[in-house]
Amino acid sequence: MQLTTNHLLGIKSLLPKDISIILSTAQQFKEVLQRPIKKVPSLRDVTIVNLFYENSTRTRISFELAQKRLSADTINFSASASSVSKGETLLDTVNNILSMKVDMVVMRHSASGAPHFLAKHLPNIAIVNAGDGINEHPTQALLDAFSIIEHYGSLEGRKVLLIGDIMHSRVALSNIYLLKKMGAEVMLSGPPTLIPKYIQQAFDVQVEYNLQKALQWCDVANVLRIQLERQNQVLFSSLREYNLSYGVSQKRLAGIDKEILIMHPGPINRGVEIDSDVADSKQSVILKQVENGVAVRMAVLYLLSGKKELNV
Amino acid sequence: MEILLSSTQLDLTIKRLAHQLVENQNELNNIVFVGIQPRGKLVANKMMDTIASLYPDFKLQYGVLDITFYRDDIRDELHEPKETTITQSIEGKKVILIDDVLYTGRTIRAALDALQDFGRPKKVELCVLINRSFNRELPIQPDYCGLSIDTKPQQNVVVDWSKNTVIIYS
Repeated sequence: MQLTTNHLLGIKSLLPKDISIILSTAQQFKEVLQRPIKKVPSLRDVTIVNLFYENSTRTRISFELAQKRLSADTINFSASASSVSKGETLLDTVNNILSMKVDMVVMRHSASGAPHFLAKHLPNIAIVNAGDGINEHPTQALLDAFSIIEHYGSLEGRKVLLIGDIMHSRVALSNIYLLKKMGAEVMLSGPPTLIPKYIQQAFDVQVEYNLQKALQWCDVANVLRIQLERQNQVLFSSLREYNLSYGVSQKRLAGIDKEILIMHPGPINRGVEIDSDVADSKQSVILKQVENGVAVRMAVLYLLSGKKELNV
Repeated sequence: MEILLSSTQLDLTIKRLAHQLVENQNELNNIVFVGIQPRGKLVANKMMDTIASLYPDFKLQYGVLDITFYRDDIRDELHEPKETTITQSIEGKKVILIDDVLYTGRTIRAALDALQDFGRPKKVELCVLINRSFNRELPIQPDYCGLSIDTKPQQNVVVDWSKNTVIIYS
């Protein structure tokens, strides 16, 4: 049993078989996390560096916990407190760290394609993308898929709605790749300014600008964060107006004739893309997603560690 | 290829082991039976059925244990992890590990490691259907054993549940 890849750069380069292996392995790690001692010795010979060039709470803690639960040694690196501010290049930084005998790199970077660049120069090191710019966030898509399967049993034929800032969301892109590969139906909803014009043709997804109709169609609504930090022009008039037209509220959910699953990758802008009473409601699995994130990341690290080769 | 245990012999052996497992156990409620994934589970299931028919009113404590994450050959090959269903604590209990074939002893080593994560058992015993006594790589011996045989390393011992026989391949 092994993955067809040495790195996890994005969902785009995974086969459906790889995705199934990761998700079924994560299932077993989820059981490990329920034990009195939530730790296995599998990666005790592996050293992992977490390179975070961009801020993160959930993903970083989740990766770090996953590594510790696997008994790996970890080093944390954040760009703000390092020599990056003295002008060191990405490749130099990584090569310096690797010369201290590190086996895996988990990286988040604000530039799309940064992990792919590293993978090209360092083919023998397992590289895990923890989010690159507006490109992909593969482990988030995997944990979203895991959470859907946990609730519904499978992805095949499932109707998944992604709401909001599709344009700037790496979570959206990874989710689209994964859901399409695993046979789910995907619909996008949000203001036209935040949905790329040709995405419908590019990914064979549906686009519905009327949120009420979109909610009526779906089984799962994955509400995305409005990424104000990545928007360099005015794409909607105000947060208040966005909330009125595209915010997921209890009133909107009352208007459809079924109970759908509510997901959000976090961090939540309460009262903007989702109202507090919806985020904290019974049908929301937002905190479960966070819980599942550790199991999914354990599975990814475990499966990639199998390909460990002798260091440079 | 040689048949080691025929269908009738296999049934009798499992029945005998099941009897042995419970004959000295005064406190059956303090025992947790643990089948080792993937193949030990199949033997264990049969033994549990037999014990359940001997003590129909008794609720057996039984779970299966996957040892994939505790293997010592992870860097050579990754194996597919299977389900673990030990739901109760084994703290202070007597645990009986059940597997089909005891060969190098490395699976049991990993199982002993894995058990630690569910509590500190009072005692751990090992029950195997077949004991390949010449090929041990670790100091591990069974407490209950269906059949002890001498095999060469290149031979392969397989319990074929579809035909309900134990076969030895040379």
